[in-house]
Amino acid sequence: MRDEGNKAGEVFAELDDPNLRDALRDFRSSVHTWSDATYSAARTAQAPRAIAWRRTLAWALSLAISAGALSGAVYERHHQQMLADQQHQRELQLEHQQQVAAQQQHARESEDLLAKIDSDVAREVPSAMEPLAQMMTDDSGVR
Amino acid sequence: MTMQAATELADAEFSQVVTTHRPQIFRFLLASTRDVDQAETLTQECFLKAHRNWGGFRGESSVLTWLMRIAINLQKDQWRNRRLQFWRTTRTNGVDVDEASAWLPSGESSPEQQLLARERVGDVWRALEKLSGRQKSIFLLRYVEEMDIAEIVQATGLSEGTVKAHLSRALGRVRQQLGGRA
Repeated sequence: MRDEGNKAGEVFAELDDPNLRDALRDFRSSVHTWSDATYSAARTAQAPRAIAWRRTLAWALSLAISAGALSGAVYERHHQQMLADQQHQRELQLEHQQQVAAQQQHARESEDLLAKIDSDVAREVPSAMEPLAQMMTDDSGVR
Repeated sequence: MTMQAATELADAEFSQVVTTHRPQIFRFLLASTRDVDQAETLTQECFLKAHRNWGGFRGESSVLTWLMRIAINLQKDQWRNRRLQFWRTTRTNGVDVDEASAWLPSGESSPEQQLLARERVGDVWRALEKLSGRQKSIFLLRYVEEMDIAEIVQATGLSEGTVKAHLSRALGRVRQQLGGRA
């Protein structure tokens, strides 16, 4: 806080114990020497190393997060695509089943209609032929 | 003056503040933490925070006192932060007492005097280890940064009586440590 010339006197002069005074002066000098020696090194070598280490960590973290997000997105897209494909397949299958059922139904109805026509044709006789048909039935017992 | 010109002027002023006071802030934090990397990191954070708040600095105290207050609070926050508990217990960048005591000015003193000085410095470091964070900060502001009591009051936000009481206890602890050797 003060210039170097005043420093030695003011703060330490109030200490009446010479042993304590010497110790605190030595301590002050030691800390100043250490700080002066490491200050420039800390700015040129150690600080960039610390920053580089942090940057590397930040890069690694951001890379890991990006990779995670990307793989998550790819997986999600793949999963959605797979579900869509499965849904489409199910719809196609259902449609096919419906078509087959409709065809079968149509075929059944056609067969029923034909059978009914056959039956009607076999059983019913034109009205003009009805007496003759009765006679044939009656005569069948005679024969 | 345009807004841009005012901003440029403020930036220029702040650059001057950094150039002038950065070594002192670094020294205080180095003595507080005994860890070069941590001191450098906290110094950077201190000036980053100061830059953000530079516009709000009203000059009620000196710039250095204001910066010291930021540095003390940052250090306090860091020690309070529970998330750093693991790093505090495992960090190996800190320097032990013997290594810290080895830093002495290369004067004309004899090897015996150098050895004696080294032992005294080691005793002060050992005494500091037994102090609370607040006592240590006040001791360092007084006997390393040579701030007067009024400046320490402003830097710590404590009353004058509290500062003097902490300083007295810290000195007592150092005296006790030195007495143990004698």
